[in-house]
Amino acid sequence: MTAQTIEAPYAGITAFWSNWRITPRQVVIWTILLLGGIVMVLPFVFMITTSLKFNNEIYELSLWPREPTLENYFFLFEDTQFVRWFFNSLLIATITTVSVLFFDSLVGYTLCKFKFRGRTIVFVAILSTLMIPTEMLVIPWFIMSKDFGWLDSYWGIMFPGLMTGFGTFLMRQFFESIPDDFLDAARIDGLNEFQIWWEIAMPLVTPALAALAIFIFLGNWTAFLWPLIVTNSAELFTIPVGFAAFSGEFTTDWELIMTGATVATLPTLLVFIIFQKFIIRGVMLAGLKG
Amino acid sequence: MADAGTTTLTLEQKRAIWAWVFLAVPVIFYVIIRFYPTLNAFVISFTDWNLVGERTFIGIENYVRLAQDPVFWKVMVNTVLYGVIGLPVSIVFAFVVAYYLDQVRFMHGFLRALYFIPFLTTAAAMGWVWRWFYQPVPVGVFNLILVEFGFGQQPFLRSTTQALPAVLAPAVWAGLGFQIVIFLAGLRAIPSSYYEAAKIDGASAWRILTEITIPLLRPTIVFLVVISTIGFLRIFDQVFNITTQGEGGPLNATKPIVLYIYESAFDSFDMGYATAQTVILFLMLLFITLLQLWYLRQK
Repeated sequence: MTAQTIEAPYAGITAFWSNWRITPRQVVIWTILLLGGIVMVLPFVFMITTSLKFNNEIYELSLWPREPTLENYFFLFEDTQFVRWFFNSLLIATITTVSVLFFDSLVGYTLCKFKFRGRTIVFVAILSTLMIPTEMLVIPWFIMSKDFGWLDSYWGIMFPGLMTGFGTFLMRQFFESIPDDFLDAARIDGLNEFQIWWEIAMPLVTPALAALAIFIFLGNWTAFLWPLIVTNSAELFTIPVGFAAFSGEFTTDWELIMTGATVATLPTLLVFIIFQKFIIRGVMLAGLKG
Repeated sequence: MADAGTTTLTLEQKRAIWAWVFLAVPVIFYVIIRFYPTLNAFVISFTDWNLVGERTFIGIENYVRLAQDPVFWKVMVNTVLYGVIGLPVSIVFAFVVAYYLDQVRFMHGFLRALYFIPFLTTAAAMGWVWRWFYQPVPVGVFNLILVEFGFGQQPFLRSTTQALPAVLAPAVWAGLGFQIVIFLAGLRAIPSSYYEAAKIDGASAWRILTEITIPLLRPTIVFLVVISTIGFLRIFDQVFNITTQGEGGPLNATKPIVLYIYESAFDSFDMGYATAQTVILFLMLLFITLLQLWYLRQK
C-alpha cells in the first residue's frame, strides 16, 4: 500500500458511482449520513453548551443556554488545579512524543538498513513486546517505581512510554522503501552513519513520522490507567486523572463536570480541525502499515 | 578493503559498530522496562505478596483461587460480553457508514470528520458525559427525551442488565471513527477496474458488494476485528468513570478484568493475585493474535 493509493481522489467504488451524478438515491444517502454524523457529535454539543450554563438551568433539555456564562470556566481555572493538570499533560505528551519519534525511527532504521550479528534477535525481541498488554506491566512498573523512588514524579509517568514496539515496527516498514543506493551515495560524500540517518533518511519518511507523532501524542494525552496508578499528589495529575478526581468530588455539579470534560477534550478537537486531512491520512497510513 | 590490516576495521565492521551504538540505549530500555517486568509479572503471579511484607512463593495457588472466585468468573463473563457485543455492533456500523460514505463526494471530508471526532476524545472525560446522559429524570438527557416522547424512564446504570450495554455504548461510539477511516482506506485500495468489469457484466450493487467489495476487504476486516476485540477486552477507562465510585457496579455487573486487576493490586494490595489475572488477560489476547495468524496463514 502506498500513499498514492490512499490519496487518489476517486478510486474504487467512488469512481463507479461517480457516473451516476446526483440522483435521489445519492440525496437520501447524504442526508442519512449527515443525520448520523450529527448524532455522533451530539454528546459534544451537550457537553459544551452545558458548560456554558448556570447551575439552575442544567435540568432543562434546552440545547442553547438562556444566559451563556463563562462562570464555570473561571471557577475551574481559578479554584481548581486544571491549569496545572493541563500543563502536566502537555509536558508529558510532548516529551514522550519527541522521545518515541527519535528512538523508534533510529531503531527501525538500524534494523532495516544495517546487517550485523544479532539483528534478527533484536528485531524479534522488540516485535514480541507488542504481544504484552500494558495491564500486565503496570504492577511490575509500580513495584520498580516504588523501589527506585519514581512514584509521584514526571519521570514515573513518562518512563514506560519513551519507546514503543509499534513505532519501531512502523518506521522500519517505511525505511524499507528508501533505496540503499541513496544512502551509499551519501556515504561516498563522506557523511557518517548518524548524519545519513538524520539528514538523508529521516526527511524521506516525514509522513510516517507525522502519523506516529499523532498516535503517540493522542495516546499520552488520553492515557489513564498508568498515570492513575503512579501519581498520588494532585500537583502531578495529568488531565484525565485530575478530571476524574475532580468529577468524583463534584459528582452532581454536572455543569462543572461538563466544563472539565470540555477543557480535557477541546485541545485535541482544535488540533484535529486544523490538521484534519493530515490526521486522517496518518491514521490510514498507520492502520495499513502497522 | 579485505586486507585493510589489523588496526583498520572493514566497512562491514564499522557499520556493525554503528548499529550497536544506535541500539545501545534502546536495548537497555527494552531489557529494563519491557522484558524484566514481563518476566517479573509471571514470577509475582506465583507469590503471595502485599507489597510491604515478605514475598512468599505459593506455586499455582493464585490461579486455583481465581478458578474458585465467583467475582472473577463474573468479571470474565463481563469481559467476554464487552467483546462479543461490542465487536459485531461496531464493525457492522462502521462498515455500513464507510460503504455509503465512500460513495458520497459532496462534503465528504466534513461528514467523515463528524464520525471521526469521537475517536479523538479522552475516554475518562466522555465517561462522565455519558454518565450524565444516563441519569434519571430530571438530570439525564436520555431519560428526559424518553419521558418527553411518552416512554417510561429507564434505569440504565442502576440496572444489572442494562448497565453493561450502557457502559459499552461510549466505547463503541468512540472507536467507530477509527474503524470507519480504516474501512475507507481499504475501500479506496480496491482497484476500480474490478468495479468497471462488474458494471460491464451488469452486476447488481448487492452482488458487487458481496462478491467483490467484501472479499477484497478481507485483510482490512481481519485487522479491525483483531484490534477492536483486543480493545474491548481491555476496557477500563469508561467503566472506571461511568460507574459509581468506579466500582464496576451495580453488583459487579459492569466490572471488566482490568478493573478487577486494578482493585486487587491497588485497593487490596494483593499483588500476586492481581498479577495472576494479568497473566490470564495476556493469554486471552495471545489466543486472539494466534487465531489471526493462523487464519492469515490459511489464505
